[in-house]
Amino acid sequence: MAIRQFLDGIEHHFEKGGRHERWYALYEAVDTIFYSPSSVTKSTSHVRDGIDLKRIMITVWLCTFPAMFFGMWNIGFQANSYLATNPEALIGDGGLRTAFINALAVTGAGAGLLDNFIYGMAYFIPIYAVTFVVGGFWEVMFATVRRHEINEGFFVTSILFALICPPTVPLWQVALGITFGIVIGKEVFGGTGKNFLNPALTGRAFLYFAYPAQISGDTVWTAVDGFSGATSLSWAASGGVEALESQIGWANAFMGTIQGSMGETSTLAVLAGGAVLLIMKIASYRIVGGVLLGMIATSLLMNVVGSETNPMFAVPAYWHLVIGGFAFGMMFMATDPVSSAMTHTGRWCFGILVGVMTILIRVVNPAFPEGIMLAILFANLFAPLMDHYVVQANVKRRLARG
Amino acid sequence: MSEITAKQVLFEPIFNNNPIGLQILGICSALAVTTSMNVTIVMCLSVTAVTAFSNLAVSLVRAQIPNSIRIIAQMTIIASLVIVVDQLLKAYAYEVSKQLSVFVGLIITNCIVMGRAEGFAMKNGPWLSFLDGIGNGLGYSVMLLFVAFFRELLGAGSLFGVTLMVPVSQGGWYVPNGLLLLPPSAFFIIGLAIWALRAWKPEQVEEADFKMSRHTHKEAF
Repeated sequence: MAIRQFLDGIEHHFEKGGRHERWYALYEAVDTIFYSPSSVTKSTSHVRDGIDLKRIMITVWLCTFPAMFFGMWNIGFQANSYLATNPEALIGDGGLRTAFINALAVTGAGAGLLDNFIYGMAYFIPIYAVTFVVGGFWEVMFATVRRHEINEGFFVTSILFALICPPTVPLWQVALGITFGIVIGKEVFGGTGKNFLNPALTGRAFLYFAYPAQISGDTVWTAVDGFSGATSLSWAASGGVEALESQIGWANAFMGTIQGSMGETSTLAVLAGGAVLLIMKIASYRIVGGVLLGMIATSLLMNVVGSETNPMFAVPAYWHLVIGGFAFGMMFMATDPVSSAMTHTGRWCFGILVGVMTILIRVVNPAFPEGIMLAILFANLFAPLMDHYVVQANVKRRLARG
Repeated sequence: MSEITAKQVLFEPIFNNNPIGLQILGICSALAVTTSMNVTIVMCLSVTAVTAFSNLAVSLVRAQIPNSIRIIAQMTIIASLVIVVDQLLKAYAYEVSKQLSVFVGLIITNCIVMGRAEGFAMKNGPWLSFLDGIGNGLGYSVMLLFVAFFRELLGAGSLFGVTLMVPVSQGGWYVPNGLLLLPPSAFFIIGLAIWALRAWKPEQVEEADFKMSRHTHKEAF
C-alpha cells in the first residue's frame, strides 16, 4: 500500500495545473502498471468482458515466449554447430558479444543447452533492448505531446519486431527500423487502434527495402562472423523439395533447428504460443484458418500447375507451413486485432488473402524469398475495404428482409 | 480580385499555398525525378519556366479563347512550351535530359501548370500571371529540392553528385539506405514535410472528418 500512498501523494503534481503536468502520461503509465485504473466507461463503448487492452497485450507478449526462448537457444545451436567443425571461426561479432560468450559459455562441439542459450542471449538481448528503449522513447514522446496514454500495445510491437529480426542485424538498423515502425506505421495515424498497418512489420519492411543486404538475405543469418548459413527458403528456391528433405528434414524444420530470423524458425514453439491465443480468443481462429486455407489451396494449385525451371512450384503445403516465417506471421502478425479485418466474414477473406499472397510471392516472384511479411501488409491495406463490403452486404440483407 | 499584389502572387505559393504541400498537385514528378539534386534542379527550372510562360501566354490571349475549347487552347500552349524546353535541354544539357527521360515531356500533364493556367491566368493580367507562374514554380521547387536533398544524401551519401559520406562499398563507413532510392520514399518525405509545414502553419490543417467522443473519465486530459 505504500506505493499507492506515494502515487496518490504525488498525483496532484501531474494533473492539470500541476508542476509536472507535461509528464502526466508517464505518471499514468507507472500508476497503471501497479494498480488497475479506477476510471469507468462513460460514453459509446461498453464493457462486455473482463478482458481489457492491457491484459490482451500482456497475454500476447507472454505467448511469444516459447518462440523467443527457443529462438535464443537456436541462435547458439546454429553458431555452435558451425564452430564445432570450424573452430577457427570468430565467435560472436568480435566485440562485447564475443567477450560475453567467452566469459560465460562453452562454444563449439562441447556446447550444451545452457551454452547455446547464453550464446543466443548475447544476440537477442541487445536487439530487444534497443527495440524497447528506442521504440519506448517514441511511444512516450508521442504520448506526452499528444496527451494520450502510453499503450501496452508497445510491449507486443517491440517483442514481435525483435523476433522477426535476424540475429546478425546491426543494432543501429534495429533502432531505425523500430523508429519507422512506431512513428510512420502507428503514431502519425493517431497511435494504437488507429494504425492500419502492423507496426512491427512496417518496421521490418523498412529495413527490408532500405538495407536488403543485412535483412532480406537468404544466406546471412548465422551468429558467427564470416559464415552465412542458407535459410530454408533459399534451399527451397534453389533445389525444391529434394533439397529441403536432404538438407533440413521436415521434423527439424518443424522443431525449428534451422536458420532464420530469431523467433520464426520453430513452428512448434509458435503454434504452442498461438494455441493459447486461440483458446483465449485473442487471436481470431477465422484469420488463422483463412491463412491456412489460402496457403494450402494456393500451394496445391502451384503443385498442379508445375514448372520446369522453378522448383518452388513443387513445394507442398506441409513444407510451406514450416519454412520461413509463415507460422509466426499467421499466429502473431496476421491476427493483430487493430490492423486486420473486424468482421467475421471479413476475417476469413483477410486470412485467405494473406495465405494466397504469401505463396504467390514465395513461388512466383523471383525477387523476394519470403512472402508472408509483404502479404500481411498488403492484406492490412484491404482490411477496411473488406469490412466495408461486409457491413454494406449486411445492411442490404436486413433492408431486403424489411 | 483587385487586391492581389505582385508580392503576394510571387511568395504565397512558397509556404502558405504550396502546390505540393497544400494542394497536393504534381506528386508524380516529385516521386520520379528526385533521386539526385542535379536532375531535380533542372526539372524545377523547366517546370518553373513552363508554368511562367504558359501563364503569360494564356493570360495574353485569354479574351480571345472561346470558353468551350479553352482547355485545348491551354494544352496547345503548354505542349509547345514543353517541346521548346525539351529541345533546349537536349541541346545544352544532354546528360541531364537523358536522366530526366520522359519526365520532361510529362510536364505537359503536370497538374500545377494546367491548374495555374486555368485557375489564375484565365482571370488575371499577363504580368501577374507570369509572376504567379514563377511563384508556383518556386513552391514546387522548394518541395522537390527538400525531397531530393534527403534522398540523395541518405540514399547515396552525396549531394550534387559530390560524395559527402563515403559508402561502405567504396571503403567508407556509410551504409546507403536503399529505400530512399526507390520512388515510394518520396511519399514518406513529402508526408513528413507536409507534417512539418502544418505544424508550423496550423491554419493549413484540414478539419477532421469526424471526432470520437471520449470514453472514460480521465485520460491524459
